[in-house]
Amino acid sequence: MSTPKRDEPKSAYFLVDQKDREIRTTFCVLVDNEAGVLARVVGLFAGRGYNIESLTVAEVDHLDRTSRITIVTSGTPAVLEQIRHQLERLVPVHKVFDLTAEHPGIERELALVKVAGTGEKRVEALRLSDAFRARVIDTTHSSFVFEVTGSAGKLDAFIDLMKPLGLVEVSRTGVVAISRGAEAM
Amino acid sequence: MSSMTTQSQDPTGAEIVVRALKDHGVRHIFGYPGGAVLPIYDALFQDDAIEHILVRHEQGAAHAAEGYARSTGKPGVILVTSGPGATNAVTGLTDALMDSIPLICITGQVPTHLIGTDAFQEADTVGITRPCTKHNVLVRDVKDLPRILHEAFYIATFGRPGPVLIDIPKDVQFRRAPYVGPSNIRHRTYQPRLKGDLKKIEQALEMIAAAKKPVFYTGGGVINSGKLASHLLREFVRMTGFPITSTLMGLGAYPANDPQWLGMLGMHGTYEANLAMHDCDLMIAVGARFDDRVTGRLDAFSPNSKKIHIDIDPSSINKTVRADVGIVGDVAHVLDDMIRLWRARQLRVDGAALSAWKLQIDGWRARKCLAYKTSNDVIKPQQAIERLYELTKGRTTYISTEVGQHQMWAAQFYKFDEPNRWMTSGGLGTMGYGLPAAVGIQVAHRDALVIDIAGEASVQMVMQELSTAVQFDLPIKVFILNNKYMGMVRQWQQLLHGGRYSHSYSEALPDFVKLAEAYGVVGLRATKPEELDDRIREMINTNRPVLFDCVVDQMENCYPMIPSGAAHNEMILNDNSEEAAVSEAGKVLV
Ligand SMILES: Cc1ncc(C[n+]2csc(CCOP(=O)(O)OP(=O)(O)O)c2C)c(N)n1
Ligand SMILES: [Mg+2]
Repeated sequence: MSTPKRDEPKSAYFLVDQKDREIRTTFCVLVDNEAGVLARVVGLFAGRGYNIESLTVAEVDHLDRTSRITIVTSGTPAVLEQIRHQLERLVPVHKVFDLTAEHPGIERELALVKVAGTGEKRVEALRLSDAFRARVIDTTHSSFVFEVTGSAGKLDAFIDLMKPLGLVEVSRTGVVAISRGAEAM
Repeated sequence: MSSMTTQSQDPTGAEIVVRALKDHGVRHIFGYPGGAVLPIYDALFQDDAIEHILVRHEQGAAHAAEGYARSTGKPGVILVTSGPGATNAVTGLTDALMDSIPLICITGQVPTHLIGTDAFQEADTVGITRPCTKHNVLVRDVKDLPRILHEAFYIATFGRPGPVLIDIPKDVQFRRAPYVGPSNIRHRTYQPRLKGDLKKIEQALEMIAAAKKPVFYTGGGVINSGKLASHLLREFVRMTGFPITSTLMGLGAYPANDPQWLGMLGMHGTYEANLAMHDCDLMIAVGARFDDRVTGRLDAFSPNSKKIHIDIDPSSINKTVRADVGIVGDVAHVLDDMIRLWRARQLRVDGAALSAWKLQIDGWRARKCLAYKTSNDVIKPQQAIERLYELTKGRTTYISTEVGQHQMWAAQFYKFDEPNRWMTSGGLGTMGYGLPAAVGIQVAHRDALVIDIAGEASVQMVMQELSTAVQFDLPIKVFILNNKYMGMVRQWQQLLHGGRYSHSYSEALPDFVKLAEAYGVVGLRATKPEELDDRIREMINTNRPVLFDCVVDQMENCYPMIPSGAAHNEMILNDNSEEAAVSEAGKVLV
């Protein structure tokens, strides 16, 4: 081709290839339950390019007005350390706890799963739900709503199994987590 | 309104604002009125304790407050209206966040019941400014206002400083509530750590005693920590005899006329500073944050050194460069402990190694990396700064800058011996910062010589603040290095984009001398080297604002320069060395 060759543009910035492996981590963040606090946390993740795989939030102490935010994220060890420090920098944040690195934790998620169908498939859905210890919380002649609790992986597996059996709709809470043992975070 | 008793003799929200400002020792605020802040303006009108400086643009207010804050160590306060008033302040808030400058920004907001209705001059101010403030709050109940104001001062000034914005709806400004004073404000959650971990300090001292090729790398955190930090830094650096360099933001913490001083480091830093950083075996980072303009290529940054990093912000440590010892704490507190323990343990540096290291550094110094050729016909920009320095150095002089080549030349050639004398936009690199910053500095230091070293392009960005200077008798000097180019852009285009000068020529420039006259300030011009000294003297001796058009060489480049994706030891030193140095590059981003 005869297009004139322009030299490659150059820059005083530089690119680096990321070598470290990404790790999945769950952060528990205790915050003052004041207006805009969730926006601060979410904005921090968006603005600095961290990803959020799951996020839950609710007030956990009504007298003290503190909320607990659980964030599942992934990143290289250096990025995870940054995320933690950046969270701690937010003024309404009391405490940040890394459940993967510091203390083994337990994670739970709840899903409501609607499955519609009749005959064999309906029976099979009910049988499987029993194996997952899901509860039926709504039923019609042609549908169930299951409530199922467990790790995110267990919910994924349950939902996958429901797909061929008439899966209609899924609603999930996102992960909540707490550390094992006697101590508080 | 709530049922809690409010009495008619309680102050209004607007009066609470003014009282709180006074209780925090605020003497000056920078602002611009509008519908949503009229109650506060009314309260100001009835009170003489606070002088209000009326700016010409809210960005000017923010930069003026930054200049005020950085030159005094006290927080700067701005007052602007809702909507466009708030959005105009955003650049200044971002600038203050990046450079850790304590600001209090009070914005008016539409009345509470109109929030969310797209009311006239409504903007989601806390939403817009959330990522560009250290903290911000929308005040919904006047009873919270005193606490929020006091906490704002605490948050803005305590720990790593930064801007705090308080958005006050107009109805809240009218409502009444009891005023509560600022005693014992301690924030529920925000309690930065000031004292460093003594174990880590001891570990650091052992590394310092064992070092063979050490260097201090200091930054704006030393200035922010306060005068005592600069004092302790000088003491400790002299005790060790180690060489010291600093970032753009840290200039003045250590005297530039001292033999241990290496000059500024980084993209336009000196050869000796950058090579010392590259070759050292111990780096002692004090209140500096390893910015990309400082480190250059990260994977080649100071490859053989151990690093001690002292910073008040835990997120600065290990952010881009791994520290071997990270000490979280306020610079003055940590240095104080270091000096005390160094003496108590009677530690000594490795004198023989240090002498050899200094000899090596002297070799680099001998390259005279800042040397430039003068000419008989045209003023060299470096020469202009050197003369400015020589002719002002005996005075109490404060320098601000705009952004570009002139800023880097100012950093290289103006020698600062004191902290708080150098005000520049480092992190954000905001053209238009310097002139309003000079206004703010002069408000705080009425009798000092305040000079904005400017470029002809930058100075036009927030130029209207000259009018503020006239109104308030602020004899600021605006010293324009007029190269008729956005020189820094042109330099990059020359070195990195094959000399294609796309839109970097300053077309249709105003006649700055005539412009000065129109503003009612003094206009001066120098075009020949032999005129320079006399004109600078004339500027210094004029007790009014001056706009100085210093016409300089158009094509001069700012060197040394660390080019594309290069390491500290791959600097371009002058126009002839560029080819070899740039060729390795080609990694693109922006
Ligand atoms: C608000 C803003 N817009 C754009 C830039 C990009 N920029 C950096 S330096 C520069 C040129 C500055 O020209 P001038 O003020 O004449 O200074 P010189 O480099 O010529 O000394 C530009 C456009 C910036 N830093 N800030
Ligand atoms: Mg220029």
